[in-house]
Amino acid sequence: MPARTVFTASIESVSILDEHGRFDAQLGADLIPDEDVIKLYEAMTVSRQFDQIAFKLQRSGRMGTYPENRGQEAASLGTAYALNNDDWLVPCYRENTGLFWRGLPMEYILLHWMGDERGNQIPAELCITPLAIPIGTQLLHAAGLAWACKYRKEDRLACTFFGDGATSEGDFHEAMNFAANLDLPVIFLCQNNGWAISVPTKIQCSAPTLAQRGLAYGMESIQCDGNDIFAVVKVVKEAARRAREEHRPTFIEAVTYRLGDHTTADDARRYRDEAEVQLWMQRDPLVRLRNYLTERKLWNSTKEEALQTKAKEQVNAAAKRAEEIAATPTSEIFDAMYAEIPDEVRRQRDTMRTSSLGQEQRGIEASPAPSVEETV
Amino acid sequence: MANLTLVQAINLALIQEMERDDRIILLGEDIGRNGGVFRVTEGLYKRFGAERVVDTPLAESGIVGTSIGLAMAGLRPVPEIQFEGFLAPAFDQICTHAARMRSRTRGALTVPLTLRVPVGGGIHAPELHSDSPEAFFAHQPGIKVVMPASPYDAKGLLISAIRDPDPVIFFEPKRLYRAFREEVPEDEYTIPLGKARVVTEGDELTIISWGAPVVQCMNAIESSGKSIELIDLRTIDPLDTQTIVNSARKTGRVVIVHEAPKNCGLGAEIASRIMEHCFLYLEAPIQRVTGFDTTMPYYKMELEYLPEAERIGKAIEEVAAY
Ligand SMILES: Cc1ncc(C[n+]2csc(CCOP(=O)(O)OP(=O)(O)O)c2C)c(N)n1
Ligand SMILES: [Mg+2]
Repeated sequence: MPARTVFTASIESVSILDEHGRFDAQLGADLIPDEDVIKLYEAMTVSRQFDQIAFKLQRSGRMGTYPENRGQEAASLGTAYALNNDDWLVPCYRENTGLFWRGLPMEYILLHWMGDERGNQIPAELCITPLAIPIGTQLLHAAGLAWACKYRKEDRLACTFFGDGATSEGDFHEAMNFAANLDLPVIFLCQNNGWAISVPTKIQCSAPTLAQRGLAYGMESIQCDGNDIFAVVKVVKEAARRAREEHRPTFIEAVTYRLGDHTTADDARRYRDEAEVQLWMQRDPLVRLRNYLTERKLWNSTKEEALQTKAKEQVNAAAKRAEEIAATPTSEIFDAMYAEIPDEVRRQRDTMRTSSLGQEQRGIEASPAPSVEETV
Repeated sequence: MANLTLVQAINLALIQEMERDDRIILLGEDIGRNGGVFRVTEGLYKRFGAERVVDTPLAESGIVGTSIGLAMAGLRPVPEIQFEGFLAPAFDQICTHAARMRSRTRGALTVPLTLRVPVGGGIHAPELHSDSPEAFFAHQPGIKVVMPASPYDAKGLLISAIRDPDPVIFFEPKRLYRAFREEVPEDEYTIPLGKARVVTEGDELTIISWGAPVVQCMNAIESSGKSIELIDLRTIDPLDTQTIVNSARKTGRVVIVHEAPKNCGLGAEIASRIMEHCFLYLEAPIQRVTGFDTTMPYYKMELEYLPEAERIGKAIEEVAAY
């Protein structure tokens, strides 16, 4: 018998405001009201300014390693905009713009990169999990959070962000499989920025799209221009509808580009062509949106100037708050470990300033020696 | 002889071993074109080509798992895990396969791989870039664990690790990568695995350490003004019990220093071996100066956590005065 085709598939890619400024009036109709487009542009600008100031803080030794978001602002911002405020955001570390939109005060991100855990002490009502340093691990948490939403019959979903590199980790595949097979309301938002530090996406995936990976798990999968905030909002809204109404996950590949180095510890010139960077400069989501607004007479240089000043003020104020926050006592590293501190950890906490470790007589109650009668 | 940093010494060892043995291939994240995030494999991609210096997908279980396959097939893979915190996804392959293949097959299949891993704190790095997980792997029978504390040792130990017929985890203390230079012979040489180094001889007290804290111990010893024997284990598993015992019997007073948490840290094993072999020689309880039983704090507080010279100095005083 001749073999028959049992599965064929294709991946759609959505673009609404393209790199040349062309706007698809049909797809983009009634998608984002003008006043919101302006707010989104402002948010991107603040985030860009945040990168600049964070970069300077790092270079002047006032902050540790920092990963710039530059060039990728639209992906997380469009996503956060398209979701409800009680949907879970489960980020990696290149989603500042979206997290700020949700309401995360900027100093949290700064504190995190300043080596202060209080940057992760995110107010519960924001429904944001801490930045995930170990690549790909947070995807499973998103599946679990979504599972809990479904179990409780809440009208909520979980959206997790990760990079192209993360799609190589086992946890990525396990999370996709759980979400698809247990019918979980999850959005997997992959920011394919072309690089995982120095490793190009083709080493993570030989298929022409990352989105195909979702199909393999039996979930709806789509690609979009990740530098086009309209396209991002469009596909995320559809994914959110699917999650809420059908409890089905969606995989979204947002195609974007990291304009900066991987982090301040990296030098991208070692592994990628300047020509490629220049090409993507032309596709900058921020410039694209500004041109769109300017053409539509919704924006001008006066507004731009005022915005730049305001953005700088806002970020500088956040930096000031982060730098001037009162130091925590060292005892906090012990107190933070468990709901109730175990005896040994308490002993270490209380003696760390006065002793080296190990002089166990200190702090341990002497118990009376057993009498001879007791021992025989 | 050349005056090299620890990074350069490892780089040199890799070059020399790769030139000598074409079964060696390097694999890991960003080790190729980028030369590794710490530049340990700088220049090797150009020199040996993409077939022998391989940028892999971002998957630690994949890196170690395929290395096991390569090794069983007779090659000598030298995989890299970018930071010790990312060993976790590879834990399964290390402990369930690399460590067991020889005994499981009664020697029919072996896994001569050398897993290079930057380790430890003190460089202001983000979360999971500063841990000291060596005890996890020492606890797993079937795998050797090495941690050099100087450029000279790094070269000789790495060559031994690569030539060793069994799997070795080779931890590279980040804090020492560029901390100081040392004369390192151009010629190849080996330092046997399982042999500690007596860094300074002394008869009042013994300090046992490994990795980055060795340098802190040297500082503490200098300011103590006492005659202290400092032992750098170099290999954590198998432990050089003989050298430890010789010194403990001589001085009767022992301080053990490590970065990892105290609870079930290697200090406990070492103290226990000393008890087994030297009980009647001891003049004071053995003390441990270690990281605390907390997760490694973010970098603002990492220096509070790490065993710095001041805390080691206190232990020296306490144990000497006991
Ligand atoms: C499990 C794990 N392995 C390795 C690393 C080191 N590392 C940090 S970021 C990164 C690349 C991530 O690439 P990608 O997922 O594409 O995200 P991007 O940085 O491009 O946003 C690597 C290898 C890590 N943080 N976690
Ligand atoms: Mg990437």
